[in-house]
Amino acid sequence: MAQIFHRSTNFISRVSLFGTLLLAGLGLVGVLALARSPYLTNQRVVRSQPIQFSHKHHVGDDGIDCRYCHTGVETSAYAGIPPTKTCMNCHSVLFANAGYLDPVRDSFRTDQSIEWVKVHRLADYVYFNHSIHVNKGVGCSSCHGQINQMPLVFQASPLNMEWCLDCHRNKEMNIRPRTEIFNMDWKAPANQAEMGKQLAAEYNLRSTTELTNCSTCHR
Amino acid sequence: MDGMSEDGHLHDDNHDEAHADDLTTQAYPLDLAAVRRKLQDKSGKQYWRTLEELAEDPHFEDLLHREFPRQASEWDESVDRRDFLKLMGASLALAGMAGCGRPDVEKIVPYVKQPDGMVLGKPLFFATVMPFGADALGLLVESHEGRPTKIEGNPDHPSSMGSTDVFAQAAVLNLYDPDRAQTVTNLGEIQSWSSFLQAAQGFAAGAKATNGAGFRLLTGTITSPTLIKQIQDLLKLYPQAKWHQWEPAGSDGAREGAKLAFGRYLNTVYAPGKADVVLSLDSDLFGAGPGHIRYTKEFTRRRKLTGPDSTMNRLYVVEPTPSVTGATADHRLPLRASEVGIFARALAAKLGLGGNASAPAGSEKWLEAVAKDLQQHRGASLVVAGEQQPAEVHALAHAINAALGNTGATVYQTEPVEGNPVNHLDSIRELCGDMDAGKVDLLLMLGGNPIYDAPHDLDFKSKLKKVRNAIRVSPYFDETSEYCQWHVAESHFLESWSDARAFDGTASIVQPLIAPLYRTHSAHDVVAAFSDKQGVSGYDVVRNYWSSAPGHSMASVDQGWKKWLNDGLIEGTKFAPVSAAPKFSAASLAPVQATPAGQIEFIFRPDPAVFDGRFANNGWLQELPKPVTKLTWDNAALVSPKTAEKLGLTQHVASRGGEHGQILSNVIDVWLSGSKVTAAAWILPGQAEDTVVLPLGYGRKRAGYTGTNKGFDAYAVRVSSALWTATGGEIKKTGANYPLACTQYHFNMEGRQILSSASLEEYRKNPNFANEGAEAPAPGLSLYKGEAEFPYHGNKWAMAIDLNHCNGCSACVVACQSENNIPVVGKDQVMRGREMHWIRVDRYYANTPSATSGTGPGDTTKYDVSLDNPDTFFQPVPCQQCENAPCEQVCPVAATVHSAEGLNDMVYNRCIGTRYCSNNCPYKVRRFNFLRFQDWETPQLKLMRNPEVTVRSRGVMEKCTYCVQRITAGRIEAEKQNRPIKDGEIVTACEAACPSEAIVFGNANDPNSRVSKLRAQQRNYSILAELNARPRTTYLAAVRNLNPELEKA
Repeated sequence: MAQIFHRSTNFISRVSLFGTLLLAGLGLVGVLALARSPYLTNQRVVRSQPIQFSHKHHVGDDGIDCRYCHTGVETSAYAGIPPTKTCMNCHSVLFANAGYLDPVRDSFRTDQSIEWVKVHRLADYVYFNHSIHVNKGVGCSSCHGQINQMPLVFQASPLNMEWCLDCHRNKEMNIRPRTEIFNMDWKAPANQAEMGKQLAAEYNLRSTTELTNCSTCHR
Repeated sequence: MDGMSEDGHLHDDNHDEAHADDLTTQAYPLDLAAVRRKLQDKSGKQYWRTLEELAEDPHFEDLLHREFPRQASEWDESVDRRDFLKLMGASLALAGMAGCGRPDVEKIVPYVKQPDGMVLGKPLFFATVMPFGADALGLLVESHEGRPTKIEGNPDHPSSMGSTDVFAQAAVLNLYDPDRAQTVTNLGEIQSWSSFLQAAQGFAAGAKATNGAGFRLLTGTITSPTLIKQIQDLLKLYPQAKWHQWEPAGSDGAREGAKLAFGRYLNTVYAPGKADVVLSLDSDLFGAGPGHIRYTKEFTRRRKLTGPDSTMNRLYVVEPTPSVTGATADHRLPLRASEVGIFARALAAKLGLGGNASAPAGSEKWLEAVAKDLQQHRGASLVVAGEQQPAEVHALAHAINAALGNTGATVYQTEPVEGNPVNHLDSIRELCGDMDAGKVDLLLMLGGNPIYDAPHDLDFKSKLKKVRNAIRVSPYFDETSEYCQWHVAESHFLESWSDARAFDGTASIVQPLIAPLYRTHSAHDVVAAFSDKQGVSGYDVVRNYWSSAPGHSMASVDQGWKKWLNDGLIEGTKFAPVSAAPKFSAASLAPVQATPAGQIEFIFRPDPAVFDGRFANNGWLQELPKPVTKLTWDNAALVSPKTAEKLGLTQHVASRGGEHGQILSNVIDVWLSGSKVTAAAWILPGQAEDTVVLPLGYGRKRAGYTGTNKGFDAYAVRVSSALWTATGGEIKKTGANYPLACTQYHFNMEGRQILSSASLEEYRKNPNFANEGAEAPAPGLSLYKGEAEFPYHGNKWAMAIDLNHCNGCSACVVACQSENNIPVVGKDQVMRGREMHWIRVDRYYANTPSATSGTGPGDTTKYDVSLDNPDTFFQPVPCQQCENAPCEQVCPVAATVHSAEGLNDMVYNRCIGTRYCSNNCPYKVRRFNFLRFQDWETPQLKLMRNPEVTVRSRGVMEKCTYCVQRITAGRIEAEKQNRPIKDGEIVTACEAACPSEAIVFGNANDPNSRVSKLRAQQRNYSILAELNARPRTTYLAAVRNLNPELEKA
């Protein structure tokens, strides 16, 4: 009796077996890649704001310190978005008539807040604290990128858990001297590994085990 | 029967008996006689929690054993296989998609001008006081960006000393209650404040024309000096107007007792901290009433045990129904309320104060021992009369204290704290008389709820209808508001300026934490509206008062104001003791007859959770298991086991799909004082015989969504001639059953030693008693890697709970609920055993050392197992944070994992709700969100939540975290300063609230921390130590300081 299946069927069956596995694997890779892609993390997405406030101008050109506006960054969980009053400290004199700043003056006059669009957004069950990072040698630019070069702020890092843990696991490679925290142009020196170790000891950083406990960030 | 009323009919909105019964295969009612028979065979010390457990009822045990009971698989709205597959397929497809959503755009709304001193993300604490009856509790209120979220005690305030009670903890929920009245209304129509002011002016002009002849004012007890002054000024403006007062749970007995003893109204302040021996005559000194938190603190500090050499004070309690104070007692004697008066007379006679009363039958020995003990501690003893006891008992207590030389040492008198002290019963009676006679044109009611809570025979409702213009100021539009022309929504104390005096006279400014959420106004505003100072703000009224107060001036207010607000009290306002000698002889008292034996005595008591009804709409308090009965969402007519046997009352545990917590209790009709009330009965060990307690505060008809139609209305049978104690009633079983939700039925002890206690003598003989009998696991005998895996180098968090201190007040439960955003689940879910409290307070009964067969003190083998007067103990159980945590091993998704500091971290976003962890938890402390219990829609409640704690959703397991948010905050502060965390720097919510300082949290690696010292004591033991779970929460066994004379004979 003749064979029902042609010899080539063997090949097809092998191809379809491995192909299915490969497709499934590719699918998985695809899903994981998608989850990490800027499409879902919003990384590098520039947000339109009610006032086209330029960090590049204020920080890069004028050299205003981060803490002039983000007053809570050293003491509180939130760095804080400045009240309209902070803008008006300067802009009651500078560009006092610029139409561009109408929303600021309106806000100050009517006592209605300016509604900024949030750029860095963490999940509700994550409790990030700015002050402890800033106090323990994590610079602004480590997470926020070079703000001094951003006309409109975008999210420089993916802000997913994997990215957080990368740093909590390799803290030596990611910390800098306290004097450089607000330096937007700081680059890791060649001896970062060595210096990081020293700094970690000096700043009494907790062990990796402790820093990767769930309750460090979730509660 | 004329005048019969159905007012107090027992309400049950959504659980009729038929429904409750439908899943019960068979009901096995509790047989009390069998329980007693069983008890006779028992010997040795025993603990039990429920009567069923004590009875070793096989059906009850069977019920609890079945993790998945017979009916659990039955599903009413079942789907067939095909539909099921369809649904599963669809949900699988959708489940994959749900995680793929892109986050929405979120807005940031900063301040325009940020307030000074505010750092975004850092809470601020403001001092204020919570006025409550004749007391004010000093508070520190946590405020997140202007939203008060959590209440703590003010350590500098005399009534708080840093701790709080359940009512203070639950006050934030009242503030954000969406059911509060939100605006001024006239005949139900919304009106503006200005139109009210206009109307008030019209009323004022009319009243002025008659010199205020038809003007009446009705208030509760007021301790606000400003409001008192405002009212006094008002009365000057309208000379013929009258000020009436009615506080349904206030104490005319205390007022009249002082008058009887000293000739005028005086306030009594106690110092239990200086007393070696305390006798309570039906006083819930530590559970309720002015100064109770301070008294608890002072008293328990005298019971602090550091080792077998420590000394303890001794507490005797005579009471008709078990209270928190009675549960703390070293010796407790259940006597009927009317017999307490006889006991007081007999004690006075015994102490040589005159009179020749003899002790109630059966209490002679007791009386003798107490009298001797009191006499041996002259100047260091204290006798306290209960708020519900009549004037004579209070006068006797004053006389006894004076005779024992306690006056000036452990007790002193001051001028009254309340404004214009009057006999409230006379006052409301007079008002009702005037209203009935048509003499009242204008009635202004500040607070209260007289239609609901005035004595039933006065029929306030029909009399109020005769008043032309009734104006009501109240936080809720309630039963009384319905019959008032004008209703002014009252501001919460966290929203308005005022002031108040504490139990010892210390005055504080009530400081608002938030602008009124709605268009509400304070009593100050309303009284001002009728005065010549209309429109003056509350802030100005208070400041003006203090500027002209004795000893103060405009300058001193300007100078002191900020300090007053900062400290939460005005220095130097504490009342000086008044030297008053009782001009009263016990012999002059007319002898009283106790209610004849066999005749039922009905007593009324404010409910421990909703008080006189004012907290009825507070879900946290409704769901709080009441300290002694552990009932939630209902009140019940409490009867003693003997009375229950006599009346043929019983109860049985219903298994609704095997979910424990529903008890079907016999319904009784109580005919009393010409009215009827239908109530569920509840058998309460330790209650005096032939006494039925009718707790007040339930059966509200217009309380709001949460409080309406819960329980039965005891006010319906409360008449002016028998305000606290009534006789001549009748009880009839209706034959129906009513489902009650009790949290003490959830689990069975299985005969294990979970609670440990001893007498002081036993403790001294054998300091290690708590750890004997427990099977100690061999060291290293574990499959877990233990310290090899988790060396705990840094902090090692631990909690020690001293059972010798805990009196079961349950402030910790509500504090935890407030701190950790714990939802309220409702009665139906509690009956399924699904309440969410992260800390529960278990109540244990124990048999007392034998009264008859003992061979002497210290003989631990002879115990009289008693249903009628068992010892009562409380044990708060939060997550035990085991080192070898059984929960961690079984979680398939690592949603509960061990931290380097020994916490069992709970990761909500990982949890998929298998509930394996809860099944494997030997302590049953894990709570599962079976439904979406949290209210996500109501905007007010969003303001209330603690932003530092995740709001959990359906399908997620949760449990006590040792307040990990507070640990993290403390750690971050310490790390920023590069120093270790100090002991006492991190305080958990339960520890902060606890008035008796029973809960101590800290670092067990630091040998000098408070928790390490407690853990080093021999009394320290772990629950179920034999399981080798190595819990971090440990307990210190309770010790009772027994009087050898009572022990022996």
